[in-house]
Amino acid sequence: MPYGYVWLLIMLGLAAGVAMMMMFLPLLLGPRNPVPTKYEPYESGMKPFMLPRRRFPVHYYLVAILFVVFDIEILFLYPWAVILRDLRWFGLVEMGVFLGIVLVGFVYAWRKGALEWIR
Amino acid sequence: MDWVDLVVIPIIKGALILFILLTATAYLTLFERKLIARFQVRLGPNRAGPFGLLQPLADAVKLFFKEEVVPGHVNKPVYLLAPMMAMVPAIALFAVVPLGPDLSLFGRRIPLHMGGDVNVALLYVLAIASVGTYGVMLAGWASNNNYSLLGAMRTSAQMISYELPMAIIVASLLLVTGTMSVVEIVEQPRPLWAWLWLWLGFPLYFITMLAESNRAPFDFPETENELIAGYQTEYGGFKFAVFYISEYLHMLTSSAVAVTLFFGGWRGPFVDQFPLLGPVYLALKTVAILFLYVWVRASIPRLRYDQLMSFGWKYLLPWSLLYLAVTAVLVVALS
Amino acid sequence: MEWVFFGLFGVLALVGSVGVVVSRNAVHSALFLLVNFAATALLFLVLGAQFLALAQVLVYAGAIVVLFIFVVMLVGNETVDDFVARERPWLRWAAVGFFLVFIAVAGYSLVMSGWEAAKGLADYGAVERVGAVLYREYLLPFELASVILLAAMIGAIILAARTRPPLGRPEE
Repeated sequence: MPYGYVWLLIMLGLAAGVAMMMMFLPLLLGPRNPVPTKYEPYESGMKPFMLPRRRFPVHYYLVAILFVVFDIEILFLYPWAVILRDLRWFGLVEMGVFLGIVLVGFVYAWRKGALEWIR
Repeated sequence: MDWVDLVVIPIIKGALILFILLTATAYLTLFERKLIARFQVRLGPNRAGPFGLLQPLADAVKLFFKEEVVPGHVNKPVYLLAPMMAMVPAIALFAVVPLGPDLSLFGRRIPLHMGGDVNVALLYVLAIASVGTYGVMLAGWASNNNYSLLGAMRTSAQMISYELPMAIIVASLLLVTGTMSVVEIVEQPRPLWAWLWLWLGFPLYFITMLAESNRAPFDFPETENELIAGYQTEYGGFKFAVFYISEYLHMLTSSAVAVTLFFGGWRGPFVDQFPLLGPVYLALKTVAILFLYVWVRASIPRLRYDQLMSFGWKYLLPWSLLYLAVTAVLVVALS
Repeated sequence: MEWVFFGLFGVLALVGSVGVVVSRNAVHSALFLLVNFAATALLFLVLGAQFLALAQVLVYAGAIVVLFIFVVMLVGNETVDDFVARERPWLRWAAVGFFLVFIAVAGYSLVMSGWEAAKGLADYGAVERVGAVLYREYLLPFELASVILLAAMIGAIILAARTRPPLGRPEE
């Protein structure tokens, strides 16, 4: 394991430590004055009549799956981008074909109205 | 490389960087409040200390002595986890930013970064950005509040949508530089066309940065006129502050990353003679980007949500793909 | 030294996957899945597969778990009542049986491979190497991957377009 990764992990660990400290230090410092109203859901002073356990529009799911597809596509760009100088025009053509096929899906999504938020 | 270089020095270095980052974040809040005030022809905070310079300290002390309330209807473990999940990525992003040229101290050679020269540093930036969604999402879900959940769903959909153009522009940058090591990206010499071309892409990148750190005009978590406070509604005391600090930390670190990727990071005149100028240049450039952030917030009103989504998918994504394609052709043709 | 890290991250991955199965709450399951993916990424890193490690975080932790959580919200019922297992008690035993068979097969192949299965070349995981192999030798599978992505996209759109919400504004 090259040393750079150890450093990155150390930084992550330090960040987690600071975040935890910030979360739990005020527990010791702050006052305690429990009043029932404080423990109710905030609804601008109204009594909440429903908790958010309803279904969400399918649109969010669509955005998420389009995101996953594009994320994978973009991941393929990275090793390609590093060695494009060696692949030259051949590399351009092969990535062009790849992107072209994925873009067919993008155009389809667009035409089908999957990118519209108000129908 | 012995274990002192591997573990001890990085821990000291990391702790120092953390201290500087958090202090800078505190003053970033003051910087923003002062600037916004000036934009709106007000004075801004000026009571605590000269020019309000002690204001961040006063805010922090006040928040530390607030009562910590965990409402009864929340999912407690996830509710407490969410602010931390928001803060850790915002800090961890800074690890790859080189603060200056390598330093020689006590006979040791100390690089001024926390692993920015790894072979996949650019991917690390994106990976950290993609994990940043969880803080918002989990906070909204765990709060068990209608406003929180709506705000969280909107915000996470926004963040994943704008991640795509960001990743594509970073890939274009990678095409130009040919290396993923951030340290090399800063140090490598670049022809003039490459600089100009990168700066042409920077506005696109900056827009995605605004969206990723949930800043105006993309500040959908805090659409206070429709969602109270979005995913933060059920958070009070210092738990709220952790979200607040995370947002500003994210602004700070992403500006530093942008400066490092697009504007030569710590490089500047005379930096070879005086290595300590490096961090100064980095800080100055970062402040310039932060000024842009505040300027945009003062000037542009919040978008409507459907405008936001269609802007991301129908304009930003195709544009960034076009930018990538032209970059690829340029790189092949000119190298 | 490598063994220490392997053990540490391996145990973490196992804890994550057990948590996924045991949790009664789908969002908690997704979080344990996140732990599992992070541990897997670290395991890749120990092997020197740097690109794969970051890809694991980027795609699995950054995208797929997000998709899971979105789906959980979409369904809107995240606490699992395992009525299926109550109606058919033999399912639990079948699951245990499958698990044992899986362990046996995995262990057998591990022993037969002479414990060499997970040793790569020195710089095999570097991005340049991955790129060279992917874009020179395995060109066709790479292009075919785009067809799979296309299929996923079109399938999702068709599925989602069917369940159009009855009211005009899908938001909220």
